[in-house]
Amino acid sequence: MNADARMGAGISLKAEHYDQALACNLEGLWFEVHPENYMVGGPRLAWLNRIAERHPVSLHGVALSLAADAAPDQDHLQRLRALCDQTEPVLVSEHLAWSTWQGHYHPDLLPFPRSNEALQRIAENIQRCQEVLGRRISIENPSHYLQLQGHDWDEIDFLGELTRRTGCGLLLDINNVYVSAHNLGFSATAYLDRFPAQTITEIHLAGHSDDDQANLLIDSHDAQVAEPVWALYRQLVSRVGPRPTLIERDDKLPPFTELLAERSIAQSIMTCPGVLP
Amino acid sequence: MNLSLGQFQHAFIEALYSRPAPQLSGVAEQAAFAVYRNTVLAGCVDALRANFPSVCTLVGRAWMDETAAVYARQFPPSDPRLICYGATFPDFLEDIQSQHAVPYLADVARLDLRWTEAFSAPNEPCLNLVELAGMTPSDLDHGCLAPRASARWYWCEAHPVYTLWRCAREQLAWPHDQPWVGEGVLFVGTADGVCHQPLGKGGHEFLKACAAGHSLMQASDLARHAETDLDFTDMLGRLMTAQAFRPLAFTGEHHHG
Repeated sequence: MNADARMGAGISLKAEHYDQALACNLEGLWFEVHPENYMVGGPRLAWLNRIAERHPVSLHGVALSLAADAAPDQDHLQRLRALCDQTEPVLVSEHLAWSTWQGHYHPDLLPFPRSNEALQRIAENIQRCQEVLGRRISIENPSHYLQLQGHDWDEIDFLGELTRRTGCGLLLDINNVYVSAHNLGFSATAYLDRFPAQTITEIHLAGHSDDDQANLLIDSHDAQVAEPVWALYRQLVSRVGPRPTLIERDDKLPPFTELLAERSIAQSIMTCPGVLP
Repeated sequence: MNLSLGQFQHAFIEALYSRPAPQLSGVAEQAAFAVYRNTVLAGCVDALRANFPSVCTLVGRAWMDETAAVYARQFPPSDPRLICYGATFPDFLEDIQSQHAVPYLADVARLDLRWTEAFSAPNEPCLNLVELAGMTPSDLDHGCLAPRASARWYWCEAHPVYTLWRCAREQLAWPHDQPWVGEGVLFVGTADGVCHQPLGKGGHEFLKACAAGHSLMQASDLARHAETDLDFTDMLGRLMTAQAFRPLAFTGEHHHG
């Protein structure tokens, strides 16, 4: 299922905000969660089910490990399928990364060389996921920190080829582009100008932090969206039109009202990209 | 770097855990590699701190984080559901008791673990007391009471583990008149949270026997053997009120008609 017309700007949902999220009835509001936190029984799942009855919900995975040189874990995939059946999410997405290897889970989104071999393996893994889930998924561009050798493919061409081979959509994280452009030394604007507009099912906006010692930007999701990221977002929406947009926040969680205020900026830009926050 | 995808990933994991990875020279030496090392370790440590809050209260944040990091390097998660991480952490704490000198720390950790298991267990139907109405003594003797997936229990002979856990978990003051005797606890997860209550040695043996598939008659014998002055009717009533059991099943040829 593609994103539907109900989706304006959304917020990543944390347990601390369940009650306020449930009560909020802003038009176009939707919520995104990491499904790994809800693949259990008990109160968490009950909370998510209540939210899903009132608001569109998106499932944004961190552990399918699509870029691992192995098929996705069957048990994990079946749990994701069950959660999809239960919550009927409007979007399901994952990262262009890997996190599991030989029976262990390493909680991060790890990089890899974009080789022909990787392309083939990841396309197979996406196909497998889409078959089991019975739906299209979207793939998110990663944050980069390392200079890797062995790339056969430019990232945008790699993502485009994945969409062509599998029919998947793309989740464009503009903060990831900004962070990666700083860390690897490329132009974020040029990257976004080339990004295939018709495949974008969702946009992520998040805050980042500085590691001054290593001269790196870290995709930490622990701060407000930075002004340069808002500027890139406005340029992109001007070019491609509005897409469901998420204010992503995972750490140093502010009050719910603060997230709603950031969300309203995104909503305004979706309506009128020239508007200044 | 002409590595296959699998070779790259194998070497990356070796480097991530600071083991030799000569195939990845030029990558692991970059300052940015520390971002991945730190994030993976922080994810594990954060999960252990979240899953063992009472332990953290008892030992303090600094010791907890340091110990969790040692554990995480030795035993990375096997399940991406990080709420499931740390099943062997209590045993690990027991093995390093000489480092923390808290004789009850591992037992308190076992209670944190059981709380989380009860919290995240799948929902199951619950025994309705009406089911027991009209049953014959023979039915009851041969019936099996199966604990629900969201029921967890623990008994500690050496320490008042329930009081220790509760004081740490709920930031309560230690009761000045608390005797240092063995204690047990029953956790039952519901759609709203986890209920907990004290459990005697007999109740613990009874639940253990029920979970092993013993008949109600056999389980009650084991409970009475474990706690000679057990008020069995009172104990069973409290377990039922706590919604510890699934609906009835029967053994042998006896069926509830």
